Amino acid sequence: MRYLRSTKVILGLAILVLFVLIALFGPMLAPHSAHWQASTTADTPLPPSGRFWFGTDVQQHDLFSQVLAGGRDTLLISLLAGVIATALSVLVGVTAGYLGGIVDDLLSALTNIFLALPGLLILMVVLKALPLDLTGNPLTIGAVIALTAWAWGARVLRAQTMTLRSQDYVEAAQVIGERKPRIIIFEIVPNLLPILASSFIFTVIYGIGTYATLAWLGLIGGSTVTWGTMLYNAQVGGALISGWWWWFIPPALCVAAVGVALSLLNFGIDEIINPRLTSARGTRGHRVRFVLGLTPVVRTATAAPAADLSLDLKKEVAQ
Amino acid sequence: MRTILRRLGFYLLAAFAALTLNFFLLRMLPGNPLAAALAKSTGQITPAQLEGLEKLYGIGTHQSLASQYLTYLGQLLHGNLGTSTAKSVPVTTLIGTDLPWTLGLVSVATAVAFILGTLIGVMAGWRRSGLLDALLPVSTFFQAVPYFILSFLLLLYVGYYGGLFPISNGYDTGRGSTVTEGWNLGFVGSVIDHGFLPAAAIALASIAGWIVGMRNMMITTMDEDYVLVAAAKGLPQWRVAAVAARNALLPSISNFALSISLVVTGSIVTEIVFSYPGLGSEISTAIQNTDYPVMQGIVIVVVFTVLAVNFLADLAYVALDPRARKEA
Repeated sequence: MRYLRSTKVILGLAILVLFVLIALFGPMLAPHSAHWQASTTADTPLPPSGRFWFGTDVQQHDLFSQVLAGGRDTLLISLLAGVIATALSVLVGVTAGYLGGIVDDLLSALTNIFLALPGLLILMVVLKALPLDLTGNPLTIGAVIALTAWAWGARVLRAQTMTLRSQDYVEAAQVIGERKPRIIIFEIVPNLLPILASSFIFTVIYGIGTYATLAWLGLIGGSTVTWGTMLYNAQVGGALISGWWWWFIPPALCVAAVGVALSLLNFGIDEIINPRLTSARGTRGHRVRFVLGLTPVVRTATAAPAADLSLDLKKEVAQ
Repeated sequence: MRTILRRLGFYLLAAFAALTLNFFLLRMLPGNPLAAALAKSTGQITPAQLEGLEKLYGIGTHQSLASQYLTYLGQLLHGNLGTSTAKSVPVTTLIGTDLPWTLGLVSVATAVAFILGTLIGVMAGWRRSGLLDALLPVSTFFQAVPYFILSFLLLLYVGYYGGLFPISNGYDTGRGSTVTEGWNLGFVGSVIDHGFLPAAAIALASIAGWIVGMRNMMITTMDEDYVLVAAAKGLPQWRVAAVAARNALLPSISNFALSISLVVTGSIVTEIVFSYPGLGSEISTAIQNTDYPVMQGIVIVVVFTVLAVNFLADLAYVALDPRARKEA
C-alpha cells in the first residue's frame, strides 16, 4: 500500500477514523443525553471537573455528552454534501469535457457562474427564509449545501476528461463502436478516481465549514445538538466574553480536527497523482535530496522478487 | 481582444444569471417569506417606502411573475435595491457606507496573503523537502478551519487575553476616544489597529492555498527543459528560480480569480466575528431582523464585486500569457 507509506495519510486516516467512531458510537457512549440538565436552577457554567469532563453550559447541559453526540449530524451533513456535490460535478464536468461543443459551452458557463456566486451568502438568505423544521433536517441541509459546492469539482473534472478524451484507449473504444455512456463509465471515470477523491475531500471540508458557519449564525433549526449548534449556543450564551472556554473550544477543535485530517489525506492523494510533489519529509525512513533536472527514485525493490522471477523461469524451462 | 470580449460576454451573462437567481430565490420558497417580512415591519417604514418595496417585490399588486421580473430589473437599472425594512434607509445607502470597509479589509488581506503565499510557495518548491515543506501541514490547519473559528481564536487569544489589538469595530469609537473620521493620522492609525486582527484571520485562512498551489506548480515547472537550460548556462540560483517561478505563476493567477468568491464570503464571516463595520456585520444584523432587501442587496453587490475582480484577473492573465490571447 503506497498510500500508507505517507505519515500525512496515516495521521489523517487515524484522526478521521476516531471521529467516525465518535459519530457512530458517541451518542451511546455519552454519560448523559444531549438535552440532560444537571440542574434547572443554577445558571453559572461549571468548569471541567471529574464529574463533567468538559464542564457544563449555562443551562447545565453536560458538554462532554454534547460533543460526543454532536458529531453524528455534523459529519452526516458534510458527508452528504460531499457525495451529492461530487455526483453533480461528475455529471456536469465529465459530460462537458467528453462531449465538447455547444454542450460543453453551456455546461462550462453554468459551472463558471456557480463558481463566482458566493454560495455561503446565498445559503444564508435561503435558510433564513425556510421554515425552521425544514432546516433542522440533515438531508435537506446536506443537499442544499451540495448545490453550492459542485462547481469547483466540475471544472477540474472537465479539464481532466478533456485530456483523457484524446488518449489512445478511449479512441480505440470509440472506433470499435462502444456507446458513449459506456465509454464514460468504464474508460473515463476509473481514470478520474484520484481527482474525484481529492475533489470529494475538498467538498466535505467545505461542507463541514459551511454547515458550522450556518449553524453558528443560528440559521439551523431542529432540536438536534451538533458542533455547529453548540457554537451558536455558546455565542448566544456569552461564553466568549465570560471566558467559558470549555463551552466553545471543544466543538471548535472537533470541526478543525476533521478539516485538518481531511486535508492531510488530500496531501497524500496529491502525491499519488503526481509523485514529484512528494516531500521527502513525509516519507518514512528515506531522506532524499532533490537536484534540479533529476527525479530521485526511492529504491524499494529488494533481491526477493528477482529471485522469485528466476525460480519461475527455471520452472518454465523445466516444463 | 476577442478573448477579452468573450470573457466580458460571459461576465455579463453571469451577472444577469445572478440577478435572475436573486429574483426567484425568495419568491419560489413556500409561504412567501417576503410578504411575511413586509407585513411584520410596517410599523418601522413609511407608507411611501413600503409602496416602493411592494413595487420592487411585486407583492399585493397582482402582477404576473413576468411583469414582476421586468419591474425588478427596471428598478435595479435605476440603482434601486429597495428599502431596509428594519432601518428604514435605502439599501444602497447602507451598502455604500459598508462597502469601503469590506473592500479595504479584503483587498489588503488578500494582497498580503497572495504575495506572501506565492513567495513562500516558490521557496518551498525550490527547496523541496526543506524546512518549509514541514510547515505545509501547519498552514493547512489554518485553511481547513472555518473562517469564523479561526477568527474567534485570534480574537480571543491575541485580542482579548493577549490584549495586543482591539477586537471590535473598525476604529476607536469608545468613550473618550479622540478619533474623528477623515484622513488624519489618528483615524488612519486607529483603522489599521482595528483592522489588523480581521485581516490576519483572512490572510491566514487563505495563505495555505497559495503556498501549496505555488509549491506544486513550481515543482512541476522545475522539471521543464528550459529551467534545466537556465541552470546549465550557469545562471545564479535565484535567476534560475525566477525563470521557473515566472512560468509557475500563471495557474496561480487563474486560481486567484476562482478563489476570490470563497475569500470574500469568508471575510464577511470574519467581519461578523469582529463586528467590523462592513457588509458582514450588515448581513448579520439583516439576518437577525429578517431584513430581506438588505440581505439580497448585499448578495447582489458581492456577486458584482466578485465578477469584476474575476474580470480583472482575466485581463492580467491575458496580458501575462501569450497563449491565452490566441485561444478563442
